[in-house]
Amino acid sequence: MLLTVLALSLVALALAVPSIAGRISTARERRAKNAKSTHRRMLADPGRDRRAEHRARELLRSCVNDEEWSMYRDLGFIRVRGSTPGYAYLIYPHKPVVAYMPETGRLLNEYCVEFPDMSGAIAGSRLPDSDDILAKWMALTGDERRLIRTANMHLPGRQVDPGRVRRDLWRLAQWERERSSARS
Amino acid sequence: MKFLRMRPGHGEVLLTEGDPDVREDEERLIEEFRRQLNEGMWAAVPTHAPGSGRRQAVMIHEYEEIPTGADRVIFFPRASGG
Repeated sequence: MLLTVLALSLVALALAVPSIAGRISTARERRAKNAKSTHRRMLADPGRDRRAEHRARELLRSCVNDEEWSMYRDLGFIRVRGSTPGYAYLIYPHKPVVAYMPETGRLLNEYCVEFPDMSGAIAGSRLPDSDDILAKWMALTGDERRLIRTANMHLPGRQVDPGRVRRDLWRLAQWERERSSARS
Repeated sequence: MKFLRMRPGHGEVLLTEGDPDVREDEERLIEEFRRQLNEGMWAAVPTHAPGSGRRQAVMIHEYEEIPTGADRVIFFPRASGG
């Protein structure tokens, strides 16, 4: 009796194996097909990010003043003076906001902040660089305290290389001197 | 007045526009304003600081706070600690 049951089980298993293997294979093929399809969709419009960035730059340019726009265009970041005298911020795209003292160049803090769009299908992707800059600029100039409260504060060097920031401050000083002498 | 929204992968998109002095337009603008805030957006109006070349933004929490004469309101995702 036991042998019969065992034999029947083996037969059932032998019959089921091709079916299970087939299903696994189909699922794999479906996943591969979906991945290819997603990849194809991404490749279908390689200029999408470039166009988005172009639009974002135009919007940024229309919001900030000439000095700030030129600073971003030439140096890749914007300096915003804080509401407290002797306090300023460097805004980089998709990097923490760096607080420093313009008089001494002393780096104070990094404020890690993001602007994640959690709505619908676009969740997970991020704003174009210039939109990220503009979002930080609006949040800082519009409500500095709220942005600082929201951000995660860290000592300098956690995400942005302090050496790079010091070089950027030196570049900024050079840039301002050149602009000033070009005007006079 | 235009309502613009920053969108990942797109840059800004026009949500709606209208004349706040026209009742039907204003109702549409108010409805859109509330929808955006409910979706977790922050709203700001870029302005000139009076008496200087400095520009800044005014954060808008209620439709009524939009400065008179503002030509656009920009909606952008709410900040969170990174």
